[in-house]
This record gives sequence, C-alpha cells and structure tokens, in this order.
Amino acid sequence: MKKKQIAAMLMAGAMCMGMLAGCGSKDNTGSSDSNVFTVGVVGPLTGDAAIYGTNVVNAAQIAVDEINALGGDIQFQLISADDVNDPETSVNAYNQLMDKGMQMLVGTVTSKPALSVSPLSNEDRVFTLTPSASGDDVIEGNDNTYQVCFTDSNQGSRSAQYIDEHFDDAKIAIIYKNDDPYSQGIRDTFAAEAKTRGMDVVYEGTFDSSSQTDFNVQLTGAQSAGADLLFLPIYYTPASVILTQANAMGYAPTFFGVDGMDGILTADGFDASLAEGVYLLTPFSADAQDEATQNFVNEYKERHNGETPNQFAADAYDAVYILYEAIKASGVTPDMSNEEICDGLIQAMGDLSVVGLTSAGSEMTWDDNGAVSKDPAAVIIKDGTYVTP
Amino acid sequence: MEFLSYLITGISLGSIYAIIALGYTMVYGIAKMLNFAHGDVIMVGGYVAFYSMTYASGSLLGDSPSAVATGLSTLVCVLLAMAVCTVLGIVIEGLAYRPLREAGSLAVLITAIGVSYFLQNAAQLLFGANPKNFTPVISGQLTLFGGQLRISYVALLTVVACIVIMVCLTLFTNRSKMGKAMRACSEDKGAAQLMGIHVNRTISMTFAIGSALAAIAGVLLCSYSPVLLPTTGSMPGIKAFTAAVFGGIGSIPGAFLGGILLGIIESMAQAYISTQLSNAILFAVLIVVLLVKPSGLLGKYVPEKV
Amino acid sequence: MKNYFKNMKTITKVDYATYLGVIAAFVIVTLLQSAGMLTRSMTGMLVPICCYICMAVSLNLTVGILGELSLGHAGFMSVGAFSGVIVSMSLQSSVPNELVRLVLALVVGAILAAVVGFVVGIPVLRLRGDYLAIVTLAFGEIIKGIINCLLVGWDENGLHIALNIDGTKTMDSLHLEEGAIQIIKGAQGAAGNHRIATFTAGFVLVMITLIIVLNLVRSRTGRAVMAIRDNRIAAESVGINVTKYKLIAFVTSAALAGAAGALFGLNYSSVSADQFDFNTSILVLVYVVLGGLGNIWGSIIATVVLYVLPEALREFSDYRMLAYAVVLILVMLATNNERFKAALSRVIPKRRKGAAVNG
Repeated sequence: MKKKQIAAMLMAGAMCMGMLAGCGSKDNTGSSDSNVFTVGVVGPLTGDAAIYGTNVVNAAQIAVDEINALGGDIQFQLISADDVNDPETSVNAYNQLMDKGMQMLVGTVTSKPALSVSPLSNEDRVFTLTPSASGDDVIEGNDNTYQVCFTDSNQGSRSAQYIDEHFDDAKIAIIYKNDDPYSQGIRDTFAAEAKTRGMDVVYEGTFDSSSQTDFNVQLTGAQSAGADLLFLPIYYTPASVILTQANAMGYAPTFFGVDGMDGILTADGFDASLAEGVYLLTPFSADAQDEATQNFVNEYKERHNGETPNQFAADAYDAVYILYEAIKASGVTPDMSNEEICDGLIQAMGDLSVVGLTSAGSEMTWDDNGAVSKDPAAVIIKDGTYVTP
Repeated sequence: MEFLSYLITGISLGSIYAIIALGYTMVYGIAKMLNFAHGDVIMVGGYVAFYSMTYASGSLLGDSPSAVATGLSTLVCVLLAMAVCTVLGIVIEGLAYRPLREAGSLAVLITAIGVSYFLQNAAQLLFGANPKNFTPVISGQLTLFGGQLRISYVALLTVVACIVIMVCLTLFTNRSKMGKAMRACSEDKGAAQLMGIHVNRTISMTFAIGSALAAIAGVLLCSYSPVLLPTTGSMPGIKAFTAAVFGGIGSIPGAFLGGILLGIIESMAQAYISTQLSNAILFAVLIVVLLVKPSGLLGKYVPEKV
Repeated sequence: MKNYFKNMKTITKVDYATYLGVIAAFVIVTLLQSAGMLTRSMTGMLVPICCYICMAVSLNLTVGILGELSLGHAGFMSVGAFSGVIVSMSLQSSVPNELVRLVLALVVGAILAAVVGFVVGIPVLRLRGDYLAIVTLAFGEIIKGIINCLLVGWDENGLHIALNIDGTKTMDSLHLEEGAIQIIKGAQGAAGNHRIATFTAGFVLVMITLIIVLNLVRSRTGRAVMAIRDNRIAAESVGINVTKYKLIAFVTSAALAGAAGALFGLNYSSVSADQFDFNTSILVLVYVVLGGLGNIWGSIIATVVLYVLPEALREFSDYRMLAYAVVLILVMLATNNERFKAALSRVIPKRRKGAAVNG
C-alpha cells in the first residue's frame, strides 16, 4: 500500500495521458495531397442499424472510384467512421474525421445522429450533404446541410393525399416507430393531412427499438378496429415482420409503405410473395431496368458478395455525384479552406440540377433550406417488381 | 374474441420468455451468476438454424419436397442448432467463467457482458449486418369460432414446447443422478465435492443444457418474430431475466410462471393501456410483486444467518 | 509541513493525491489545448469523459461503498439530462448568461434526480442482492418509458407539459403560442439544444463530485454505510439506522448522476431517452468494476481509459467492438483469477505495482 499505491496511481495517470496523446497523434490538418477532396461518411457500421451505414459507405466508395477513374481534375478520397446510430458516438466519429482532414461530409446516415452532428458541421463550416437523414429538423437552421432524400413531412402529406385519392372510405390503421424521428415525422404530417382531408384513421399503434420484432398486438388491434388499409411509415425490416405476422394471423389489409419500405423484396430470407400488392413511395428500385441503375447494382453486387444495394446506397451514390457536380459548378479546389469550399458549394447548390439513381429520370433541385425537390412516386409490388399502379 | 387473441399472443410470447428464463434460472441456481450472454446464445442458435435450413431447402431437398422430408430436415436443423449452442455454452463457461469461479460475482457479471459484446460483434462480422428473415418452422393457423379467432401454429408449437421442456427439466433435476448432483451443487458446492460430485463437470453440464434450451428458444423466437439480427437476443434476454426474477430466480416452475405472466402482462398492457408504456408497466408490476414477495413468486425465502 | 504530510493517514494521502491528479490532468489538458496540441476528437471527448467520471464515481458510491448492485444508474442521468435541457432552453431569454444557465441546469438536474432517487430508493433498498439489481434495472426502464412519452414546450406563458400515453398526442396538443420553443418531442428526445457545457464546467463538476463522495466516505456517515455493506445485521445491532444511511448514499449518488446527466445533455445538440438505457448503466458499471469497487481514483482512471479505448480502436474498423470485448474479458480474467495473476507476476516481477491499479 502507501507509497506503492501512489506510485501506481501516478503511473496509471501517465499511461492515460499517453493513451490520450497516442490516439490523437495521427493528425494531419488539411489534405496532404492538394489535388484530392477528402469526403467523410459518418454512419452506423456496427449495431442494429449497421445495414444502412454499410450500404452508404459501400455505394459512396463505388461513386468515388468511378469519378476518380474519369481522371479529371476532381479527385476524391473517402474516409468513414462508425457512429453505431448513437448521437454521442456520432459526435466522436465526426471529430475523428475532422482530425483526418475531412472537407465535406456525406452524412450522417440516420436522422438521430444528424441532429447532433449537423449543428457542429454548421459551426465548423463543413459542407454537409446527408444521403438519408430525412428529418425536417436536420436541415432546419443549418444552411450548410442539404438532403438527397425527401423530407419526412413531404412524404407524409403525399401519402395521405395518394390514399385519399385512390382509396375511397378506407379505414386506416397506422403502425409507426415512435422513437425514430423519421417514422414519427411522417406519421405526424400524415395524421395532420388526414385530419384536414377528413380521412378515417381507426387505429394507431406504436413500437420502439426495443419492441420492433413483435407486432401481434398492434395487428390484432388494427384488425379488430376494422382497418382495411395499413399505413406503415417504417423501414422494411420491421415491415417484413409485420407482413409475415399478419399473414400468420390471416389478416390481409392493403399495406401502404413509404420509401423505407424499399428493400423488402430483397430482404434476406423474406418470402417475397407476402409483399405482393404492397404500395410504397420510392425514389429507387434495384430492379429498375435503366442503364445507370443496372450498372450500379451490378457493380455493388460484384463487390459485396451478391448483396443487393438498398435505397440508402442509391442515395449515397447520388450524393457523391451531387458533390461532384456542385464542385464542378462552383470551381472550388481542394486547397481552399473548409469555409471557402462550404460557401462555394452552398452558392452552387441553389442553381444545381442533377439526375441521379433516386430521381426517377427527372432532375433534383434544392431550395434554400436544403430540402431536395423530387416527387415521391407511388408504386405497387406485382410479381416481385415495382409497377406504377 | 379480441381479448382471447391478445391472451393467446401473450401466452405464446410468454412461453418463449419462459424457455429462455429456464436457461437463466438453471445457470443462476448452480453457478450463482447472471449470465448476460445467454440472450446472445439464442441469437447464435437462430443463425445456425437459419443457415442450415436455407442450405437444406436450397441444396438437399428437391423442388417439391414432401411434408415428411421438410419436417425431418427442419428437425435436423434444430438439433444442429442445439448441438452448436451446447458446445458454445461449454466453451464459454470453460474459457470465461470457470477461471473466475472464486472471484466476486460482479467480476463474473462484467465478464458475461464482455462475452455478450463479443458474440454480438462476432455475429455481425460472420453473418453481416443485414437482417435475415427467418422462415417459421411451421406455417398456417388454426381457425376457431367461424373465423373469429385465429391461432397460428407457431404459437401453439411454442406453448407445447415450453410445457414439454418444463416437465422434462423438472423430472431431470428431481429424478436423474445428474439432476441431483446439480441440486447438491446449488445448495453447497464444497459439501457436494466432498460427496464425490464433480462440481466443474456438473456446472458445465448445466451450461450445456441451458444453451441447448437457448437454441430451441432461438428457433421459436425467430419463428414467432421472423427477423434475425446480431442483436436479436439481447432484449428477449433481459425480459427473460426479469421473468426469472419475477418467478423467483433458481426455481424451475418459477421461471415458467414468470415467463408466461410477463408475456400476458406485456401483451395486455400494449393492447389496453399504451404500447408506449408497455415496458414501463411490465417493470412496474415486477416492482410491486417483488415488494410484496421479495424473493419472487415461487422463490425460496432464505433467512439470513446471523 | 513535511511532518504533517508524514503523519497523515494513507487513506487521506490517497484522497489528496486523487484531487491533485485530477487538477494536474485538467491543467495539462488545458495547457495542451491552448497550445493547439489537442486534436478535435480529443477535445470533443473531454466533456463526456467528465460526465462519465461523475457517473462512475457516483455509481461507485452505490455499488462499491454501499455494496448494492445498481443496473439503472443511467435513469438518473436521463432525469438530469432532460431537466437540464428544459431549464437551459426555457431560461434562454430570461437568463442570457450561459454560465449562470449551465449552473442552474446542473443544480435543477441534481435536485430532480435526487427526488427520483428518493422515490426509487424507498422501495428498492428494502430488497437485497440480485432482486435489488433487477428492480433498479426496472426503474431505469420505467424512467426511459416515461420520458419517451414526455412532450415539453415553452412559450411566453411558461412551460407546457403533456404525457403522450396513447400515442396520439403531438407537439400540437401542447397548444403553444407563436414563437414557442419545442423542447422535448416524446421519444425523439430534445433537438436543437444550445451546447453550453464546457470542459471547465466538467472539471469543476468532477471536483465537486470527488469532494462530496470522498468526504461522505471518510465521515461518520460513510463509516456507517460501509458497516452496513460489510455486515448489515451487525450494523443494525449496534444501532445504525440502516434505511436512513442506505438512502443517504443512494440519493447522493442519484443527485450526482443527475448533475452529470445535465452536463451531458447540454453538451449535445440533441439527446433522446434511449441513449440512457440499460446498456449505458452497464457501461458505467463496467468502469466501476474495472476501476475497483470502492476505489474512487480507480473509477476515474478506468473511465478515461475505457471511454477512450473504443475511439482509439477505430483503426481496427470493423473489429473495433470485438477487440473491445476481448480486452474487457481478458482484463477481468487477468485481474480476478489468482492463477493468472501468479503466472503474470512470474513473467513480470514488478507486476505488484500494476496490480494495485485494479485494487
């Protein structure tokens, strides 16, 4: 005890400081190679949202490689950091990328971390283009942040409008994930729009991250409330459970999903016949026959053991190309400071119009707020593919 | 009718909790440790069953296999999952828990958490982050009262499996030599050793049985809620742990009762009070029960020695 | 002076060394920071590290000193974080000074967490062992569930609070006036917060936590608490009011966790209730156990090392958390297995000093 303990303590303290210093030793401010833009991706690469983050990183890498292969003046270098879909870790991941000399952020992938990271990137003047964080709050008040995906409010009101126009007297049930800003946001605008239109919402059921594997109770509730249309503003993983469990119960309403539903046909092991007749709003379909989509999907499958890219991947692929176009339009160069790049790109975004995988042939443009304009199109699943109804 | 179908949902969910809780309670009873990695063994069982069933239906069986062939191959896959989990359970116990047998209970708890992190992350690296949609081991439903009440066969199977397992375990611990050895170890390890019982082997055996149960629970859980992720096991694991404490940890009928009650409370709370607060309500009931009966519903009251 | 130091009890020396160590670390880090030698990721981790140190030290009071396993400590952090955010956001116009607002937020966070701790403590402390552990876990989940339903907004008429129990209420149900601030949006948590937490505030909070905990432990109260831990019946038989002392330790621990939570909440633009779940409680428990039960400075060092570790392991990318798990298991085996320790001390003769780290 006594002296030894104190000595041990000091030793341990010294070790800690060493560790702290060690983890920051690799700092290179700014990119060493002056011809290359350093693009960062922050997203969940582990944990239960890992599928979204890994898709984004993989697809962004494909886009970066393609652009670099063109051999033009604009070259990219992609760096990524894992945020486990947690706001706290997300800030750490963002800081880490800043240390590595990130000049532009493609991220964050999910909305919740985005609410913590976007204000930071706004303060640091790092141009931020999120492929998939669709929350309205993400771009609100952050002039440096732009979205590739639709905003939640846009999708919510569009869904209500579509249902009102195409399903007369539908008795609607909603099942949504209440701890996810994406799901809650769509539900809120949907409910508000449904109310003004006088639509009949007979049941609302919620779930959260800890209960997203069992929907028997919500489905029984919807069934006994007599709902014949089930609105599902959720991602395809819980949606696949809902479809399977509804089938096991013998409950067959019309299912209506939003863009998160995309990916359900290629979900590993999912019986795709259950998804027949499901409506969804989608910007991207891996089955689309146009050349750009096919090239991208084939390239992705080739690189990643035949895995099919989802909508997040397509958004990320587009995001890199949008950056590319914006850089071309603004003429910023990698040796500029982050602030100059950011201001230049913000200027360029106003007049930019880009055709991408997720814009269904039309052009994407952005408003001052950073929201993208592309219209969510409703499709129905028939014989295992998306068909315009 | 609505009430009945909520009740059936609750009972079948509760049966899954009960099977997991049985594994928890056996390990706790003998090793006096909270095995937080138990939930992740369930997940491993689910993955093994998923891959072997996909392989069987893809390569072994023809295009239109007979019902008997499908049933047999499913059974073989479940047995395979049980075998893998049993081995995994023994390995975990031998490598991570046995060296800490003399250490404090908290040290073992943290190690168990470490094992849990390890299994989850290893699963993600091995199987990918992509959710797997599990094909239920049986499909279809039983229709009663002219279509007003439908019970899926999976729910029935779960309840039957749970009861069979409970009865077998009770018989095993009460009648067999190994079972008696387990009870002796859980009473007093030192004395058991003096009576010629191989304590380490007995504990390994307990882990083996608990893990095999976890594999069955994994298959049933994934048939019931057919999505498989590296984190699939953690929440059911915590709920089952709660169920085990609810019924009185260390008691086999207690784990069964606790699991079923927990399932019913959860489903009723979701249906009639609030889906948002169902977990909070469930835990509030647990607290009230523990305040009235501080050692769980069927737990043994152990007076403190002065 | 030299004599005074010599005559001091070892325990007191360790306490002073702890204070000194923390102050020295603060000074060094501040100097490095002003010299621009700290990277972004290190600077970004300073405040959360301070929060987790307070969490670990306060949990150590419950687990190490009082000897009761708590699996719901993050619940108190959550109470502190959200009350802190409410205070800071709603006082924006009336208290423009950020420092004053921060202090107010921390105090309110601590008080509310203490109240919750008191309410929780009365039933919880009647139980023992693993039953107590599961009930603390249950309370942690209940707190999370309730905050998930909480809608809070602020306008000129003051605070508007609603509980969204059936899932149909939204922020519109609060009937906020024009120009209102939406503070907590149910399960989505609070977003758009002002980040007013600073490293200096974190350091001060750590010092206050240390002063409170160390003085409590070395006082008559602390000795009573430890007597209860070592032998409850013996303590009771010499006339120690078991419930009272248990509650004192538990509520103090909750209050400190609340203050830490408030600081944590004000360090991020957004917080949500599911950040403070069972896993967070376990994380802090890991810090405490690795640092050594009842060992305050051990908790501090374990927190710093283990918080930095996953970030430092980012180089392993996909294998990061796997490596973390392996390190955790190996450290537990190395520090708790007698044979392993003996083997190590044979390989490294001077292992004794290191072993004390894990005291």
